Amino acid sequence: MSSQDIPEETLPSKQGEHEGAVAAAGDPFADPGIPPHEPRIQDIDERAARRSERVVAFLFVLSMLATVGFIAAYVSLPVDKNIFVFPIGHISALNFSLGLTLGVALFCIGAGAVHWARTLMSDVEVADDRHPIEAAPEVKAKVMADFAAGAEESGFGRRKLIRNTMFGALALVPLSGVVLLRDLGPLPGTKLRKTAWSEGKMLINQNTQLPLRPEDIQVGSLTFAMPEGLKEEDEDFQKQIAKAALMIVRLRPENIKDKRELDWSADGIVAFSKICTHVGCPISLYEQQTHHVLCPCHQSTFDLSDGGRVIFGPAGHALPQLRIKVNDKGYLEAMGDFAEPVGPAFWERG
Amino acid sequence: MSTAADNRRKAPAGERVADWADGRLGIYSLAKANMRKIFPDHWSFMLGEVCLYSFVIIIMTGVYLTLFFHPSMTEVTYHGSYVPLQGMKMSEAFASTMHISFDVRGGLLIRQIHHWAALIFVAAMLVHMMRVFFTGAFRKPREVNWLFGFLLLVLGMFTGFTGYSLPDDLLSGTGVRFMEGAILSIPIIGTYVSMFLFGGEFPGADFVPRFFSIHVLLLPGIMLGLLVAHLILVFYHKHTQFPGPGRTNKNVVGMPLLPVYMAKAGGFFFLVFGLIAALAGLASINPIWAMGPYRPDQVSTGAQPDWYMGFSEGLIRVMPGWEINVAGHTLVLGVLIPLIIFPLVLAAIAVYPFIESWVTGDKREHHLLDRPRNAPTRTAFGVAWLTWYLVLLVGGGNDLWATHFHLSINTITWFVRIAFFVGPVVAFVATRRICLGLQRRDKDKVLHGRESGIIKRLPHGEFVEVHEPLSQEQLHTLTAHEQPKPLELEPEVDENGVARKAGAGQRLRVKLSKGFYGEGTHIPKATAEEYQEITSGHGHH
Repeated sequence: MSSQDIPEETLPSKQGEHEGAVAAAGDPFADPGIPPHEPRIQDIDERAARRSERVVAFLFVLSMLATVGFIAAYVSLPVDKNIFVFPIGHISALNFSLGLTLGVALFCIGAGAVHWARTLMSDVEVADDRHPIEAAPEVKAKVMADFAAGAEESGFGRRKLIRNTMFGALALVPLSGVVLLRDLGPLPGTKLRKTAWSEGKMLINQNTQLPLRPEDIQVGSLTFAMPEGLKEEDEDFQKQIAKAALMIVRLRPENIKDKRELDWSADGIVAFSKICTHVGCPISLYEQQTHHVLCPCHQSTFDLSDGGRVIFGPAGHALPQLRIKVNDKGYLEAMGDFAEPVGPAFWERG
Repeated sequence: MSTAADNRRKAPAGERVADWADGRLGIYSLAKANMRKIFPDHWSFMLGEVCLYSFVIIIMTGVYLTLFFHPSMTEVTYHGSYVPLQGMKMSEAFASTMHISFDVRGGLLIRQIHHWAALIFVAAMLVHMMRVFFTGAFRKPREVNWLFGFLLLVLGMFTGFTGYSLPDDLLSGTGVRFMEGAILSIPIIGTYVSMFLFGGEFPGADFVPRFFSIHVLLLPGIMLGLLVAHLILVFYHKHTQFPGPGRTNKNVVGMPLLPVYMAKAGGFFFLVFGLIAALAGLASINPIWAMGPYRPDQVSTGAQPDWYMGFSEGLIRVMPGWEINVAGHTLVLGVLIPLIIFPLVLAAIAVYPFIESWVTGDKREHHLLDRPRNAPTRTAFGVAWLTWYLVLLVGGGNDLWATHFHLSINTITWFVRIAFFVGPVVAFVATRRICLGLQRRDKDKVLHGRESGIIKRLPHGEFVEVHEPLSQEQLHTLTAHEQPKPLELEPEVDENGVARKAGAGQRLRVKLSKGFYGEGTHIPKATAEEYQEITSGHGHH
């Protein structure tokens, strides 16, 4: 662009003098005031301004087209069609098209508006005065006087009987709201101490739904079991399985370090609660060489060959063990409920 | 021909509508004060806008989702179009989320926009808060607005948590289980709170509808109120600005709301919305179909909460499993201590403005921002806090760090346990030193000018680099900051010879003030005399 095409008066040197650009004499660090406005190319060249205008209009038109595209995609694409998009992979065609067209439609409106503001609207900086937030002393005095007058007229300070009974009434009335919360749930009672296990209940394999025999369980395997009689269709299944879930492994009896664990096992088969004693995640990772189980949520690690002792992580106590035996029909069965509450510790646990 | 005569008698339609509204709402007075209100320009001022816009996006998409979501834990059998889960038993909440994702056209997009916007909302709030913190924008008169913002952050985290728990999928159910375990650790009332929250034993059939009303009504309602209050205060206080030529504590320099700021800020809403929409079209988030419905006896590995809960996850993961059993009761310190530290981490940054104003005893209004380097103690505190937060985030993802970088999970856990205490201290010391280095550099630039990169050979053969003196604008900008003096204890004996003893509070305050502003906490900024001495003696050395 050559400068001959630009009208003289729009050139920087011809523009009005800039505001406050007078430095305090002598102080090199003094505030020189708002610097003079630097004109943009669009301020001095109408052709550049027209180019900006076209860019803005183009963006707005693009947005319109994208909205049309959005509606077209909504109407034409089946909801279950998948397409391959590099490098994302196989994704829903509808979600991909709707997201992209909506994104473009919205983004172009924004880009157009911002480009308009940056290139065509005035970018002259102006200063506004601030006003102190604090009220002037006379305003404060007026408010204080008004308040004193109001308080005096109410007799609030003088008539103490009214004041005190009012405070009493206001303090008591929220109690109704608190009382109403009582029926949010039952009292804890002994609910957290009992599970669905009881004497004589067989151990049911969760995968096959069949009672477990000792020979079903190999050394090194991890089996999940639930108590006989509990069905997935039961209304309280979630609540029951949250406490009763069981983890069964088979160890060589000579590898069991804890004496009680050995007593409570059957042919080297030990049954531990699957619910982590930290905050209740189900434990699911078993390392057969070391007999360690790991909770995938917070990495508490328990040694199943040593009474379910905690060997690492944030859990505070050992996994409860379920005492089991082989009944006369050759199935594994519980000899009672867990001796202690399963899952996370709580105040009444003891 | 009626036009000319009519126009004189009748105002244009727009003006008549405005007149009507003014007669009832007083809009002209409102517009007089605000239509050409000045907004200063700085890139970091858009961070708060990202928060506002993502909040609006979340509200809009959230309303759409409520049209299809069934907040119920009634068990149903899935018959939707996602084949792998057909015939499975699941809660209605999960089934309806599947319906939104696979059978409602555009439902997945809106769900993903909602979730992405939530992640961005909380992230933007944290970054916006850091901007306000590191530039000292929280100082008087804006302390209350700082607290409003802080509450929005905390409520945003909990709204997010209750939101991602609603689909009742395997991952979110595990998160809720974790919350239940944490509640159980509260002494005396823990089991009662848990029973009341879940309507009985976990998981029960009540938490989804209850979380739903908390998520869509209670928390967003409070947040909307706080947000409006936050914005009213921003308008009332006017925006802060960085020091520079023409910018003082008594003015605000920038461009008017109408048209520039309206176009920029209004346009920015569309930019944010557009980017999130495209993201939701391209990147899947919370694919509940891959996780399946919740069952308390099942879990997936690599379970992670949404990122903003990550630091609490870190606390709970690295805490040693302490339990104290006394007289038939259990104090579950291993869970209780993280539960107590969780709000303390957040509170540490929330109360800082009040500590700083107490230490400085500064009661003036501040509308000019600090460059972070010019407030080294504050900056160091902020970086220490961020370090703390990031260390805990690492702790919260210790399993992912272990698997991605082939590290021992035990080592990472121990690293986090130690870094929890050591990291912030190291960060504090290092940051303060870096700030002082930057102050030295600024002083050098002011006194000796900018390195021009031009090498000059002197007659006797020496090579020197030519330094260009700074403009007065730059000189002013680099020296406009204040350097507060530490408080001094008042003399033990007053002017009448009466002994007076400073209280413990006052002594602490003076001590802190020395730590904040005393020796070694700043490089004295260049003075006009130094500058003149050097520039006038230019030819002599």
